[in-house]
Parts: sequence; structure tokens; C-alpha cells
Amino acid sequence: MPLLRIEGVAKSFGNFRAVDKVSLDIRAGEFFALLGPSGCGKTTLLRMLAGFETPDEGRILLGGNDIAQVLPHERPVNMMFQNYALFPHLSVRDNIAFGLRRAGMPRAEIATRVAEMVALVKLEGMEKRKPDQLSGGQRQRVALARSLARRPQVLLLDEPLAALDKKLRESTQGELMELQRRLGMTFIIVTHDQEEAMTMAGRIGVMDAGRLVQVATPRNLYEAPATRWIAGFVGDVNMFDGQVIASGQGRLTVSTSEAGSLTVSEMWPPVTKNVVSVAIRPEKVRLSRRAPALDEGGAQTINRLDGVVADVNYLGGVTTYKVRLESGATLRASMANTARLDVDAYLAGQRVVAWFTADDCLVLEQ
Amino acid sequence: MSARRIFARPARLAAIAPYLWMVLFFLVPFGFVLKISLSQTAIAQPPYTPVFDFTEGRAALAAAFAQLSFDNFRLLVSDNLYILSYLRSLVVAVTSTLILLLIGYPIAYGMARLPRRWQGVAMMLVIVPFWTSFLIRIYAWINILQHDGLLNQVLLALHIVSAPVVWLSTDTAMYLGIVYSYLPFMILPLYATLSRMDASLLEAANDLGASPLRAFWLVTFPLSLPGVGAGALLCFIPIVGEFVIPDLLAGSNSLMIGQTLWLEFFTNKDWPVASAAAVALLLLLVPPLVLYDRLQRRQLAGKG
Repeated sequence: MPLLRIEGVAKSFGNFRAVDKVSLDIRAGEFFALLGPSGCGKTTLLRMLAGFETPDEGRILLGGNDIAQVLPHERPVNMMFQNYALFPHLSVRDNIAFGLRRAGMPRAEIATRVAEMVALVKLEGMEKRKPDQLSGGQRQRVALARSLARRPQVLLLDEPLAALDKKLRESTQGELMELQRRLGMTFIIVTHDQEEAMTMAGRIGVMDAGRLVQVATPRNLYEAPATRWIAGFVGDVNMFDGQVIASGQGRLTVSTSEAGSLTVSEMWPPVTKNVVSVAIRPEKVRLSRRAPALDEGGAQTINRLDGVVADVNYLGGVTTYKVRLESGATLRASMANTARLDVDAYLAGQRVVAWFTADDCLVLEQ
Repeated sequence: MSARRIFARPARLAAIAPYLWMVLFFLVPFGFVLKISLSQTAIAQPPYTPVFDFTEGRAALAAAFAQLSFDNFRLLVSDNLYILSYLRSLVVAVTSTLILLLIGYPIAYGMARLPRRWQGVAMMLVIVPFWTSFLIRIYAWINILQHDGLLNQVLLALHIVSAPVVWLSTDTAMYLGIVYSYLPFMILPLYATLSRMDASLLEAANDLGASPLRAFWLVTFPLSLPGVGAGALLCFIPIVGEFVIPDLLAGSNSLMIGQTLWLEFFTNKDWPVASAAAVALLLLLVPPLVLYDRLQRRQLAGKG
């Protein structure tokens, strides 16, 4: 039995179906991310877990008990709010102690727990400050300490890092992960930032238009997206629509108008329709001046496309290229800048051969 | 700084405007009142002896200063008519302010929780009585409260009372009039603070184990205190000096300071004493104003 089981949960606001029959199991001690574009229902789902919204249908089982109708202040679940929602009239200490006092914890124990939490988020010496005397990063820590203080069975985090700048966000990601591992607590984070979800979470649930469309580890989500939409949402991708014209020996031949005939490896589960899209991630496209020798990919089949470099973007760690194919379509490729002095870098206008293996392609139903 | 430079900077001029306003419409008239309060009554036009006249030169002015008399202020303390009036004014103002808070807070709270598009309508409803003259509204109350007025008719029809109740010329009528008239001044600042409050704070309190009622007392109420302070002072200060409502609706056995002032000015024609009473009233109102200013400053400092 998982710690948290969401069973056919649905919620509508008027005619808008915010969450549509979502079922999901979350194990104790897991760091789970709900990922999706804004308006996909991820926040509504989180708010149903916290108790701020009541599901129209379905059950939410926490440790085997249905909590779907339990009021928020009676749930063993805490939430860290996107805007932190710190009480402006209370000091850091009183903010952290707020939930403990409501739980009727003895004074001495509250003092101990607050000190423990303050140390945990490294806010020693700030106990007497009011929220508006803190920096954004410090406020974020107070919010975290406050939501952790009651030792909830599940901690819900609503875009916890969205208000921080990039540098701080990255260091805080690491701290959150470390904290979660140390406390062995179950974290459910809501985010629209796929990099953040991939960095922190053990598993990611992708939501679109109220539905949970895929639950997978970060690697599987990226390398084996379930749908065309997910492939495009998580990371960058080149997409070529076409038809399967031949199959056999674990290979499919797909005829596309933009990239000609492509040989791709069959996916699991196999596609059932004839009309498909071939997706290829930019970093899996390699560029070279001459066509690769046929045995360069070992036993793999290599797809090669001729084109002209149309655009070069140097981003530091990687350089991205746009290659105009003979069909007029654009193929994006990115290459790691592994050498400081790259005399071989491609220039705009240069003729190149773009190539990729059958295994690096994804076949997705349209 | 030369006049030309001041006029060259509209921003600075704008900053001066409120001070100019204060000097013209508060300090100068207050100076007149203060001057009258230090003079003697006379059967003349105006009915007081001039204390000093700036036209008579410096020597005369010095002589006049030497003769300044605080008799009028001494009278205020010795005759308990004034002290009783002050006390009554304070009691009425405190009581009314408390009643206003008790009625105004739930209304403002309800307004702040309305859907956005209804909040404007509610606001209009609060303000709409101002479109009728204040005096007409008080006379309307007299109409409602009189012996065969609407209130008694309704009470009789519903068999709640068996004979008409005397409402007019009672403290009840006066409190009714005051609360009715000042309610918008209580509601608006309360609504302003309550509607600005972040709803996620209540959710956070809820999430941390506070029931909705506790969340109100632990979060909403303390955060609305600036609004409570503003509303209370906005009502308390003018109610202390209120004249029309007690004069029209209350009995004549005990007077508020505003009524006493009126009596001294117009019935007794004792302008100096009346002025002294006015000055004393103003001085009594300074401490709560300073207190309010302090509170606001602290709030601002806390924000910064």
C-alpha cells in the first residue's frame, strides 16, 4: 500500500474541468514532482491534497484513510505556499511555532522544535525578525521550516522556488533534496519548470489539461515520452510527421515529407497507428562535414540528412545550430563545447551532414 | 530659496500645498479662537474686548501680553458644567465607536469577501446615503422615531409593544443617529485593510491546524488593526465634538461639549469662554491623534 493513493479524483470549476480523473500512487519517502504548463490542473490537485479544494469525484487515501473530505486544519499534511504566506505580524520564531501551538504541543517542546527547525534551515539569529526584515531566500527558508515543523506525513510544495533568482534557485534545489533525504519525508512539489522537476524529483507526473498524461522517472520522461505532446513539453525536440511504410527486425521505416525516409527503432509499447511522428532530441543529432562511414554507428542504422547551417547560437556550454534541410524544414542540433579552442566549429552557410541513429529516434503516435 | 525657484519646481510646490492649507484653514482660525479665548466678555460687537491689536505698535502689544488672562480656562475647570460636558462627550464617543466597530467590522469583512464585481456595488451602497444632505437624514430619523412614526407603527403592528414607545429625546435615539451617520467612516477604512489581505495567509493558518475561527483571531484580526485604528479615530474624533445629532435626537438634560459650546456662543454670547472650551477640546483630542500617528509610523517602519 502506498502512503498516498489518489483514485479517480476530478474537480470542475463551473464548466472548466480543472482535474480530470487523476489516479496516482505516491510511496513514503518519495520526492514526487507534478509538472505541467500553467492551467494544467497541477495546483488544483495539490490544493485538493492540502484540503483547500474538495474533489467532485474520487478518493484521496492517506495511509489507507480517505481524507478527501477532511478539513485542511485536520489533515496530517502541510503545504509550503508559492508566495510563502508568512504571517507578517509574527516573528520568524512565532511563524514556525504557529502550527505547533495549534497542535497543543507543550511550551518547552515547542522551543526545542523551533530551535531545531531554525538550525535545519540555517536561520540562527533571525528568530526575532519579522518577515519583511528578511530577504527572499530567507523568507523561503522560514516558509519551509514552518511547513516542516509539524513533521507532516506529506509535505506539499507549490512552486517553492519560483520567486528566487536563478543562482539561489539552483543552490536551494540541492538543499531541498538533501533535506528530504535526511528527513525521509514525502515531498510533492508542483512546478512548471521541467529542469527543476528533473533535478529534484525521483518521479515526475506530467499533467496536461487536467489529465495526468505520464508518470515516469526523469530519464524515462525525457528519453521515452509517452506522447508527442510530452516529447515537445519536456525538453527540446525535432519532430517529423510521416507514415510507417515498412517494419521488421525491430526497425520501422517512416516516410516523412520534411526529412525523407527515416529508419527508427521500434518503441515499447509499439505504435498501433500508421500515421506517426518521429522525434529526435537536438543533442542526439550530430553534424559533420562529410557523410559518416556506414560502419561508424556500429551495427546501428544511421539516418543522414544533408543541409546548410542557417543559424549558430553559442551558449557557453553548448552551441545550438539550425540546419536548413533540402526540404526546407529546419533541424535543430546542439553540441557540447568540449574544447576551448574549436577550430572545427561550423559557420552559418556551411554545408553539413546531420546524422543520428535509429535508436536515438522516438516514434510517437500523432 | 527665492520665490522664483519654488515656482520653477512644481513638485516642491505640490509638497507645500497641504502645509499652506493647514496654515490657512486651521492655524490662522485657531489663532483667532485662541486670541478670543484669552480676552474678556463685553457687550459689544464682537462681544469681547480685543486683547491686543497689531496696529497699535510694539509697546501696546507688550502691555496687552502682560495683561493676558487665563480666567476663561480657570472657569472651565471650576464650573463642572464644562467638565461634565467633556466627560459626556467622551462617554458618548467611546460608546458609539465601540458600537460602530461591532457593526462595521462584520459589514466590512463581508464586503471584502464578496466576489470582486459585487464589492463595487457594496461600496456604492455604503456611500449612497451621502447623496442626501446629512441634516435631511437626521430629520428623517426624527420622523421615523416620533410618537406616531414608522418605528412605533411597525412595533405596534407586530404586537411587540402595546403602546407607542418614546424614542425621541433619548440617548437611544442619539446613539442610533450617531451610529447611522458615522457607519461609512468606520466601514471604509476597515474594508480597505480587509480587502487587501492576502487570502493565502488564512489558508496557511488553516493548513497549520487553525480552525477558520481561530485563523480569524490569530491572523485576520491582528492584521486588520490598522484599519480598526483608522476607523475608530475617524469616528471618535468628530463624535466628541458632535453637535447636530445630540441636539436633534437626544434629551436636553445632559449636554455634549459641542452643545455647550453652542450655548456659550449663541445663547450666552460668551465668546471668550466658548473659545476657551474649544481650545481645551482641541488639546484633549491631540493625545489620541499623536497615538494614532505613532501606530501608523510603527507600521510603516515595520514594512520598510
